[in-house]
Amino acid sequence: MTIDWQNFTPWASLAGGLLIGLAAGVLALRSGRILGVSGLVAGLFEADDEWRARFALIAGLVAAPVLLGLVAPLAAPTLDAGWLAVIGGGLLVGFGTRLAGGCTSGHGVCGLSRLSPRSMVATGVFMAAAVATVFAVRHLA
Amino acid sequence: MRPLFTFSVGLAFGLGLCLSGMTLPSKVLGFLDVAGAWDPSLAFVMGGAVAVGLVLFRLARSRLAPPSTRIDRGLVTGSALFGIGWGLVGFCPGPALAALGVGEPKALAFVAAMIAGTLAHRLVAAPKAAVLGLDLARPRETCGA
Repeated sequence: MTIDWQNFTPWASLAGGLLIGLAAGVLALRSGRILGVSGLVAGLFEADDEWRARFALIAGLVAAPVLLGLVAPLAAPTLDAGWLAVIGGGLLVGFGTRLAGGCTSGHGVCGLSRLSPRSMVATGVFMAAAVATVFAVRHLA
Repeated sequence: MRPLFTFSVGLAFGLGLCLSGMTLPSKVLGFLDVAGAWDPSLAFVMGGAVAVGLVLFRLARSRLAPPSTRIDRGLVTGSALFGIGWGLVGFCPGPALAALGVGEPKALAFVAAMIAGTLAHRLVAAPKAAVLGLDLARPRETCGA
């Protein structure tokens, strides 16, 4: 195994992780809800009394890089994947996360934090599938 | 839940994603590529988030339903499909939404496809309800973790 020291950013990543855990934890403490982004997206199609709260959370998420960009220059995301892979990947992520009832935030961050056996299985499976996919695309194709 | 409160939660969550490098698909793929030049940074994101989460979710225990122990085929199949999509692009749902704020056109296409996938699942899971526009058997939690 070779470590990519040039791109290694342990402190920024740790700080970002702490902030993510804080946001999810405060939401759970204050409102008893799990911060799951795939569930929030699905919830945009549910007309109930929490629609505005879900929409506001997603708006905050989208606003974050805009506000951060005003203070510090942001690295633009570079997508190596072609358009077909982007569309196919999006469909798989949307369908898969709803079938599994959670994604990296709901099962990963929140589920592992509350020691949920269901989330531990989900996280293990999606991590393994993602690693295998990257291996196939980069080293087998 | 007041919208101003959830907006702040979303903002903090999004700032964390930007700061951590999760919104950069190249960095995410560099983490997932264990056989190439491996960038372990994102292990620090999950480590930091779960370290804080373990404390706060323990304090919030009385407010949350006990975690489910149900391991079914949907959980495993769904997670596998999600992992394949994540590995193909380098976006999972949160960072993809945050990348919208940077104005990356491929992020917009990814989010549109992700929403199409979400709605496709809705059709498969409850065809009649979806057609009639009714909400049947909707989980009350934001997500089923």
